Amino acid sequence: MSTIVVFVEHAAGAPRRGSQEALGAASALGATVVAVLCGNGADAAAAQCGKFGAARAVVLDATAWSPDSAAIGVAALVRAEKASAFLASATSSGRDVAPRVAALLDCTLFSDCTALRKDGEKLVVTRPWLAGKLDATLRSSAPVLCATLRRNMFAVKETGGTAAVSKGPALGPGKAVLEKIEARAGGKLDVAEAPVVVSGGRGLKEAPNFALLEDLASAFGNAAVGASRAVVDAGWRPHSEQVGQTGKTVSPQLYIAVGISGAIQHLAGMKTSKVIVAINKDPEAPIFKLADYGIVGDAFEIVPALAQAVRKIKAQG
Amino acid sequence: MKIIACIKRVPTTDLQPRVAADGKSLDAAGVQYMTSFYDEIAVEEAIKQKEKHGGEVTVLTIGSAEASKEVREALAKGADKGVILVDNAWGGRDPLATAKTLAGKITELGADLVLLGRVGTDRDNASVGPMLAALLGWACVTDVVGLELGDGKGTARREADAGTETYAFALPAVITCQKDLNEPRYAGLKGIMAAKKKPLEESPCPPATSQVEIEKLALPPARKAGRIVGEGAAAVPALIDALRNEAKIL
Repeated sequence: MSTIVVFVEHAAGAPRRGSQEALGAASALGATVVAVLCGNGADAAAAQCGKFGAARAVVLDATAWSPDSAAIGVAALVRAEKASAFLASATSSGRDVAPRVAALLDCTLFSDCTALRKDGEKLVVTRPWLAGKLDATLRSSAPVLCATLRRNMFAVKETGGTAAVSKGPALGPGKAVLEKIEARAGGKLDVAEAPVVVSGGRGLKEAPNFALLEDLASAFGNAAVGASRAVVDAGWRPHSEQVGQTGKTVSPQLYIAVGISGAIQHLAGMKTSKVIVAINKDPEAPIFKLADYGIVGDAFEIVPALAQAVRKIKAQG
Repeated sequence: MKIIACIKRVPTTDLQPRVAADGKSLDAAGVQYMTSFYDEIAVEEAIKQKEKHGGEVTVLTIGSAEASKEVREALAKGADKGVILVDNAWGGRDPLATAKTLAGKITELGADLVLLGRVGTDRDNASVGPMLAALLGWACVTDVVGLELGDGKGTARREADAGTETYAFALPAVITCQKDLNEPRYAGLKGIMAAKKKPLEESPCPPATSQVEIEKLALPPARKAGRIVGEGAAAVPALIDALRNEAKIL
């Protein structure tokens, strides 16, 4: 295995978690890992990529973020490095840029992969179809294997190494240019990114009752609130929180489904979670078939008690 | 304004799939089809933008002639004409092959705006839109929840991990549509009747070479059977104990 180029997103001077996982996945394949970072202020994050397995990090300066100009710069780097693979985390930016990079390289893209393995010099990928109802094991005949990796599926490897940082050509002006970002209220974690997801459904009866789930999420500290399609369609929660086939597919360490009966479209979106807890008053709800642990009963009593218990544990450290 | 909405015919989202005997394909028996959920939003946006700015909406798909059902539905809602690039082996296409074929047809038809769903709900690639834009050299905003056009340019709001991003771009552009962008309309009887008279072109599609070889298709491994730890708030300590001492995640 030769060189793998990894698209590294950065925030506050550090590689984002998903990018750390992608660097880990690339180095686990035994490749020489080259990180590519775009935009001003990437230098500090670039220096840190060595810690996660990159041998080198290349910074492409840009005055403004544009996914099209970033893709052109990244594709040129993949070509110059004669890389055998290009990886990105399946974040919103990764999924925006990677298909363009792949197309510019005349390669297809394997999106949202859940596993990568070597078979001789070839890579074999596993990725979900039909939102996780099927696992597809796929081989590529593309000149460069281009893939995005689902978050929370690949291990971060802290190697303690250092990356040689260099500057690549600055990115050109883009055709679509980012003008502003309205951050999610309170710096909340995205449901696809959070290690713990607390999701609610119709069983919560009305929108204000999601405060209970907000409270449970804040008890965990590293949790995001998710929602079933029914409550998103009812306007109780934003679509950005929807888990399932027409929402997001998530794989957190812990998924707590509250008042969600478990439509097949919802189950498809969360069944790769490491541990699933279901809280539902109906003991026959399909969600219990998938759950590792279930509590039958009234969510309005159980959730506050659970939040209290979690707080107690967190306070003990 | 010339608008093209690209749609894909996909299995319905309530499908409980079975793998065919070859272990590499979906058992087609009993599979029902629909327009991919997000492509419905692309069609709606195309019609809304036409209603606002004038022009014409073409619905474009790659697939078997059976896709005429989904194309006619879009025509019934207000699109003006349909084009099916007939490829009976459409299921074997990878997103690059699809993007290349669409790019060729879009160049031939000409367009100011191309709309697609953010992801097809069958293969979940979320790739064809941005690939198409890269091949055409056009602007592209993905996962769009708000779109304003005017005077050869536009702004689009995009749902991103950290919040909502606003992009400015010049036309022509490719936009992939996220759920919050609009609420797709239903076709009325009048629209359904009118759709029967609207032009629907079926043209042969250049054969595609795929860079993807399917080694295996399988149902995900079944999860280890779980258990009910108890009833009501009294069961919380048992749950905490299981999460700490069995699952070891607390």
